[in-house]
Amino acid sequence: MTKLNTYRSGPDERGHFGIFGGRFVAETLMPLILEVEKAYRDARADPAFEGEMRQQLKQYVGRPNPLYYAERLTGHLGGAKIYFKREELNHTGAHKINNCIGQILLARRMGKTRIIAETGAGQHGVATATVCALYNMPCVIYMGETDIARQQPNVFRMKLLGAEVRPVTSGSGTLKDAMNEALRDWVTNVADTFYIIGTAAGPHPYPAMVRDFQSVIGDEVRSQMQELEGRLPDSLVACVGGGSNAIGLFHPFLDDPSVQMVGVEAAGRGIEKGPLDHAASINGGRPGVLHGNRTYLLQDEDGQILEGHSISAGLDYPGIGPEHSWLHDVGRVEYAYATDQEALDAFQLCARTEGIIPALESAHGLAEVIKRAPKLPKDHLMVLCLSGRGDKDIFSVAKHLGVEL
Amino acid sequence: MSADILADGRIARRFKALKAEGRAGLVTFITAGDPDPAASQAVLNGLPAAGADLIELGMPFTDPMADGPAIQASSLRALKAGMTVRKTLEMVRGFRKLDADTPIILMGYYNPIHAYGVEPFLAAAREAGVDGLIIVDLPPEEDEELCIPALKAGVSFVRLTTPTTDEARMPAVMRNTSGFVYYVSIAGITGTASASNTAIDAAVARLKRHTDLPVAVGFGIKTPDQAAEVARVADAAVVGSAIVTRLADGIDAAGTVRPGTVEDVLGFVGELAAGVRAARG
Repeated sequence: MTKLNTYRSGPDERGHFGIFGGRFVAETLMPLILEVEKAYRDARADPAFEGEMRQQLKQYVGRPNPLYYAERLTGHLGGAKIYFKREELNHTGAHKINNCIGQILLARRMGKTRIIAETGAGQHGVATATVCALYNMPCVIYMGETDIARQQPNVFRMKLLGAEVRPVTSGSGTLKDAMNEALRDWVTNVADTFYIIGTAAGPHPYPAMVRDFQSVIGDEVRSQMQELEGRLPDSLVACVGGGSNAIGLFHPFLDDPSVQMVGVEAAGRGIEKGPLDHAASINGGRPGVLHGNRTYLLQDEDGQILEGHSISAGLDYPGIGPEHSWLHDVGRVEYAYATDQEALDAFQLCARTEGIIPALESAHGLAEVIKRAPKLPKDHLMVLCLSGRGDKDIFSVAKHLGVEL
Repeated sequence: MSADILADGRIARRFKALKAEGRAGLVTFITAGDPDPAASQAVLNGLPAAGADLIELGMPFTDPMADGPAIQASSLRALKAGMTVRKTLEMVRGFRKLDADTPIILMGYYNPIHAYGVEPFLAAAREAGVDGLIIVDLPPEEDEELCIPALKAGVSFVRLTTPTTDEARMPAVMRNTSGFVYYVSIAGITGTASASNTAIDAAVARLKRHTDLPVAVGFGIKTPDQAAEVARVADAAVVGSAIVTRLADGIDAAGTVRPGTVEDVLGFVGELAAGVRAARG
């Protein structure tokens, strides 16, 4: 592990975290990307922007959400004391809304009048459609047709909220293709449109901006743990697709050397089966350039992007946020993985022991907690980011369990 | 040394010859390996005789973010037929055995080159007879990635400028560009909307204030008449999606190329070339 004085100073002015990140976009978008960067810098320096965001997170989203002691699960596993950060209790049922509030306020500040977004599981699409309804802005959500088929409840939610959901048929019709299509829309409508990217990836300043908006998760955990236990947590666990809930939880603790951090990738049917059977970019990919940044990617020898697989539509993106790639390379964060089956098992255990149905994404993080907690002492404080609720997943889980609804 | 290669390379020589002829050039785009390697090589080999003055050869990529449906589909056809960066360079080698003069510019996205390795790729491209690169997702902010190494290796790096490239940005965009400047005439993706003639006139005039390099104009040019309009003001007109669509029209449901398709595509290129050649007549 490379010891650094701080792990929190990135990115540099060109958007790099070590060799990762950057601004790999078409010239048409570049002036706008620079404009977003400047507008974001100005907004962060403006107390009025921060004030409005705090107000909305409190009144509309319902923050702070609890840091909850999962007592029955802790007893069941018989080791570390397990806490859940209850992001699933946010309005819209996931952490995604934290970022959407921040970005739509920025879009308004920039005078943009139209919002676009991509979505995989539909959580980011729902969160974006929600803030667009709240601020009365037209909203187009790009969603792969494969994802539309497996996430019908969220598709209907978005429509109820007034968004137009455009099915994406190119490629394999999943999250990466939805992102390509959103970028094509943006290139065509640069003048009036703001692209609310849902994860801590994309061209600079998006990875830093999304991280900052999600850091409210880790900031709250820090003060809540102080209140509950009078000290820092010992370990933090979060699932990683693009990695926005994980970076939001981790970032405020990166310079606390006693705090261990584990990001959990989706191993699908098993990493050993090769990159068509999992979605673990760090554990089973290598660095490349896609969607505006250099990061770990699932790709073949010729640099063609592979689709990957996960039971969770929110994790089957072939890349990962560039800051995670860097945190992996410098060794500050450990990146583990959980298979579809392990996530399904964790999903059911959580429902039965805690009365909480977690999102399949979050269940990947929980699967890692299940592996680690029993081996740790009872005074080890472990925090899982319960990033979303699982109502959207009950149909696909039922299918996997052979239950007809 | 590399600077001399670029100043006296095929691209510079071709634009010098066009200037001497008093006409604009026709730049044609096809995707390497679309719909299969043999048909694609046949089209490529036939382009100069059909009237193409410069050739853009697309390197297929799974995620062509700046391309419209026609070129997206052509990339997927090529990949399905097994196209790779190495095979694309093989196509250029095959072409060079027949034609030593027509410039070839590879156009595509960065990741396949990143995966190949920048230095080995540049050496192989130069050796194969590639003259320049147009890489859509490498703006001047990322020049150290490929642009600077390419110039050192004697391969031109042709920059895209767009309606959104403002005056303040123009010097940075022009700084390391070589060969020619490609003006993307619309804010959008390939093969969709077309810019108005007056907008193109103004844009070319603006670019000429910033560079002595030839200016090629592309995106949205679909017919011989449109190509002729552009050829009146620009140094070259670029046609891509319309040619690729013509090729796609000649493929049956099973993906097989129908007899006469290569000739039909080259015939269309001939019509475009006639339009361009008559533009200033």
